[in-house]
Amino acid sequence: MSKLSLTTFTLLQTVTSVGLSALAWVVTGVRPIWNGSLPSDRQRIYFANHTSHGDFILLSACLSEKERAVTHAVAAGEYWGKSRLRRFIAEDMLSSVLINRQWTRPEENPIEIMLSVLDQGHSLILFPEGTRNMTEEPLLAFRSGLYNLSMAQPEVELIPCWIENMSRVLPKGQFLPVPLLCRVVFGAPVAVAPGEERRAFLERAHATLLALNPRPERDD
Amino acid sequence: MRHEISILIIGLLAVLTTASIVAAILSARAPKPLSSTLVNLTQRINAWWVMVVLITVAFFFGRDGMTILFALISFAALREFVTLTHTSRSDHWVLLGMFGIIIPFQYWLVWTAWYGLFVIFIPVYCFLLMPAITALHGDTERFLERIAAQQWAVMISVYCVSHVPALLTLNVPGFEGRNLLLIAFLIIVVQGSDVLQYIFGKLFGKHRFSPNVSPSKTWEGLIGGLVSASLLGALLSFVTPFSQLQAAAVAFVACSMGFLGGLVASAIKRDQGVKDWGHLIEGHGGMMDRTDSLVFAAPVFFHIVRYFWTV
Repeated sequence: MSKLSLTTFTLLQTVTSVGLSALAWVVTGVRPIWNGSLPSDRQRIYFANHTSHGDFILLSACLSEKERAVTHAVAAGEYWGKSRLRRFIAEDMLSSVLINRQWTRPEENPIEIMLSVLDQGHSLILFPEGTRNMTEEPLLAFRSGLYNLSMAQPEVELIPCWIENMSRVLPKGQFLPVPLLCRVVFGAPVAVAPGEERRAFLERAHATLLALNPRPERDD
Repeated sequence: MRHEISILIIGLLAVLTTASIVAAILSARAPKPLSSTLVNLTQRINAWWVMVVLITVAFFFGRDGMTILFALISFAALREFVTLTHTSRSDHWVLLGMFGIIIPFQYWLVWTAWYGLFVIFIPVYCFLLMPAITALHGDTERFLERIAAQQWAVMISVYCVSHVPALLTLNVPGFEGRNLLLIAFLIIVVQGSDVLQYIFGKLFGKHRFSPNVSPSKTWEGLIGGLVSASLLGALLSFVTPFSQLQAAAVAFVACSMGFLGGLVASAIKRDQGVKDWGHLIEGHGGMMDRTDSLVFAAPVFFHIVRYFWTV
């Protein structure tokens, strides 16, 4: 993410975000289900299941225009940083935060990059599985980022968000979406309990997110 | 035709205004917080206002407006139907074709009044080609279930719905240039029958019609709704090529089909374990929740008019 886009939400980003939200509504009729939390200006980390490139568009379409302007999706730098065009789309149009999962230099430390965004009072959309889930499993194991961020910034709310049906709208390897109805279920915030171990917390957050699936018997 | 349209619009406005006033009085008198029935009633009436305005606007754009409106209704209904059914990754191109080819082509056939292809395009060509494409993908898991659901989805949400604007293509002697009124007649009696069944059911409903399928449908609601909707049809005969008795009979058949449509839609929803088809219309659920009766009534109404009243 460029320094400029962090402080000013540019016209390009506004147009892109309104356009993509409208597109998301036309294709999926997306509707938020607030099941344990409510829309709020509070600084948050929205963490969600990840099956498709469209996931963060759907999630941010559920936020108000004001919240969307200060909410950034965390995306893989290996993919989105590969060419100048991709970097332009990810950083300048979508105002995402790019992190490298295989990092070497200290300034590439993903946790530090994400914390620098939180330090400015902005919110994040995070996919703690770390990659798109292409397996039959409903939800892969979480990486530790969620725990580390919460330990460093305990006052930021962690909101679990279950994104429904997106794997059917845009399956792996396809680029044309099939119109299907999608809902995003926002659950109650989770927080690291005093003295809670990393693994225990991650498993609890994982279970909380999975429990939000409104139709677990048929996520096909 | 202006005269008849004005009467219909004034009538609808009067009914909706009365409904809104009654709902407001009931809400003001009822203990707070309001019961879910009252909240839902108000939401439903508000949604009716929006729907009536939308249909009226489309009405003034004639054949273009009606064709586009019902193509959009098909899109929303098909999206709900496919969402509910089981699909596999290998169905992607068939599903895209349903939205991107079948809907536009079927409504283009309506718009150009190509009757011969309009009636067979989906039941013959799509019926045969869609499973062929699915088979070519080589994924045989739950194959029959998948192709059956695809077939049902396009028959119900595209083929049946497209019979509403297709009424504009019929050539009824002595009724030239007034076919939009046939659409108004069909929608008003069928949707009116839904509302009247709901009212009669709420007021007098005791004996359930089919507890396994739809607990809210009662014999009292059915009989009261059908009789009063047939009377409504007779009252509206002045906008149709029918005599009063014929209008009542046609309305009775259309509304009976509408009732069966609601029953079938309930059975599908129950089978799939959901209460509503979707969430498009506040208080009503999805598009299919509102159009299930119209879907069943439209093709039968179309063919009755075509067989008995056209040359």
